[in-house]
Amino acid sequence: MRLEKRTQTSRLALLLAPLGAVAFTLLVSALLVLWAGAPVGQTYGLLWQGGFGSVFAFSETLTRATPLMLTGLAATVAFKARLFNIGAEGQLYMGALAAVAVGGLHDGTGLALHPAALFVLMMLAAALAGALLLLGPALMKAKLGVDEVVTTLLLNFIVLLLVSLMLDGPMKDPTAMGWPQSVVLMPELELSKLIAQTRVHTGLLWACALSVGLWALMKYTVLGFDIRAVGANPRAAAFAGVSVTRTVVLVAMLSGALAGLAGAIEVAGRTSYLTLDMSPGYGYTGIVIAMLAGLHPLGVIAASVFVAGMLVGADSMSRAVGVPTFIADVIVATSLISVLVATLLTQYRVKVK
Amino acid sequence: MTELFDILANPSFWVAVLRIATPLILGTLGVLLCERAGVLNLGIEGIMVAGAFTGWLAVYLGWPLWAGVAVAALTGGVLGLLHAFLTVGLALSQHVSGLGITLLATALSYYGYRVSFPKVSTPPTITPFADMDWLGLPILAQQTPLTLLALLLVPLIGYTLYRTPLGLAVRMVGENPQAAEGQGVSVAATRTGAIVAGSALMGVAGSFLTLSAFNAFFFNMVNGRGWICIALVVFASWRPGKALLGALLFAFFDALQLRLQQSGSATLPYQLYLMLPYVLSIVALVLVARKASYPQALMKPYRKGER
Repeated sequence: MRLEKRTQTSRLALLLAPLGAVAFTLLVSALLVLWAGAPVGQTYGLLWQGGFGSVFAFSETLTRATPLMLTGLAATVAFKARLFNIGAEGQLYMGALAAVAVGGLHDGTGLALHPAALFVLMMLAAALAGALLLLGPALMKAKLGVDEVVTTLLLNFIVLLLVSLMLDGPMKDPTAMGWPQSVVLMPELELSKLIAQTRVHTGLLWACALSVGLWALMKYTVLGFDIRAVGANPRAAAFAGVSVTRTVVLVAMLSGALAGLAGAIEVAGRTSYLTLDMSPGYGYTGIVIAMLAGLHPLGVIAASVFVAGMLVGADSMSRAVGVPTFIADVIVATSLISVLVATLLTQYRVKVK
Repeated sequence: MTELFDILANPSFWVAVLRIATPLILGTLGVLLCERAGVLNLGIEGIMVAGAFTGWLAVYLGWPLWAGVAVAALTGGVLGLLHAFLTVGLALSQHVSGLGITLLATALSYYGYRVSFPKVSTPPTITPFADMDWLGLPILAQQTPLTLLALLLVPLIGYTLYRTPLGLAVRMVGENPQAAEGQGVSVAATRTGAIVAGSALMGVAGSFLTLSAFNAFFFNMVNGRGWICIALVVFASWRPGKALLGALLFAFFDALQLRLQQSGSATLPYQLYLMLPYVLSIVALVLVARKASYPQALMKPYRKGER
């Protein structure tokens, strides 16, 4: 078996590839649904209903999509420069930790800041915390050649333990009946709701705006060009006068900041305090979303709504027909792999000898 | 200080070290085989989950324990074949394919577990491997045969890699696939073989958890052990002997923090002790980075006739 580069790719093929991949995924998953002894059509119908079928369902999906969009962007910008940041989960928690630390400053310390100023400070602290967490691995990669996949992964475990340490001790809410959780943010620091009676909040608009911003940055700025150049071929980029170290460091700051913001926005928009189970793996799912989006910042919006819809829909579907919720993870994983294969087939022709 | 000495002088501590190290040894050898052939396999975390699940399920359904291990190896091998198809056949990004496989294997295992046991609250149990008391050796006697297997595989894989034509072929396709092709070695076949074998080992590493260390399947039971193996193989500079050493060192610190917590004399928050193995992994990576001898073609897809 060998691959032959296609001389040209038709627009139709580019459009059909993801559709074909999704169709394939639904077909494979249908076998698993049958295994669970449930009717396929009804299960898929309920899955769709649960994620997109009503204003409330869709608002839940958008709530879930918000942090995923941000971690998806974090993975997108890093992967574009071939910085394999697997540490968005840790950066997210670091951002959330910084957010509750700064947001909690209003009581006791006598710091008389306007809530709006405190809010800005809180978001900046979160972005900075996430950025600094990725800076170490990026520098170790650039200067020492230490594989960033391993270091960012290991940092996830360290950060989670650090959060646990802080929530057990210095940052524990004394009124939380012994639960390890942080102090509740004051209401002025919370993001307002987009639709009354739902949980979807203005963080969604932020995430969309950042997607557009990142797209513009990649397309129209020198930094965007440098990122693409370093991602395509670091040696050639260096030869062309792009400082690879500088680009990788900037990308790391940007990627870490986006993941850190995901944590802060999740706290300010949804939970209003920090716990150890705030994120069900948003950092890791962000990687999947970036890949599903083909590393395109605008595609991240669509991919995160799709994934969030599956996850939210699976919950209500499972209650109704008893197919385990893990079917959503199977669908997401299978569509990731099949989208990758389908995209490849638009660029290459497979020749079997 | 005397307490530390007490812990180290207690044979049960070293028994625990070897037990904690076993899945790490098996997993690290698996990663090492893949990477020596030039392919990163981030699928390990999911492959271990899948091996833990299918191996346990086979035994639960009445198969012998060793058949469970074989099923786990087969599961790993099949997932490895998928990774090989994506990374060697289609030359997709190895990072992405591996993460996709971790996700898929984990999701499928959890789904399969929930479909098979929809209503159980306490996980069903099996009778796991017994200790090898008959061996008569002090620390090894309190281990199960899978530990012995892991220890025997270290020299076996070392010998195969460095002393046999097969090992030479594996190392060649990981260092310089063009040259290997020129020598008549099939890059695709060799890489596929190495990934399948390595992934089978990862499956066995997972089965140790359900068939040896515990007697049931739990969610999140692999808990990052696969990622640790990825770090250990860098620490080991891609050498089986050093991989054994690294796994034992990691297990040593893990067991130590457990003991310090249990004895109640831990003066620092327990999270700091739990962090220790991860922090030390990063320190070790930085220390060995300068002289690390990456397989030269690691993470570089090879397409015939393309450079």
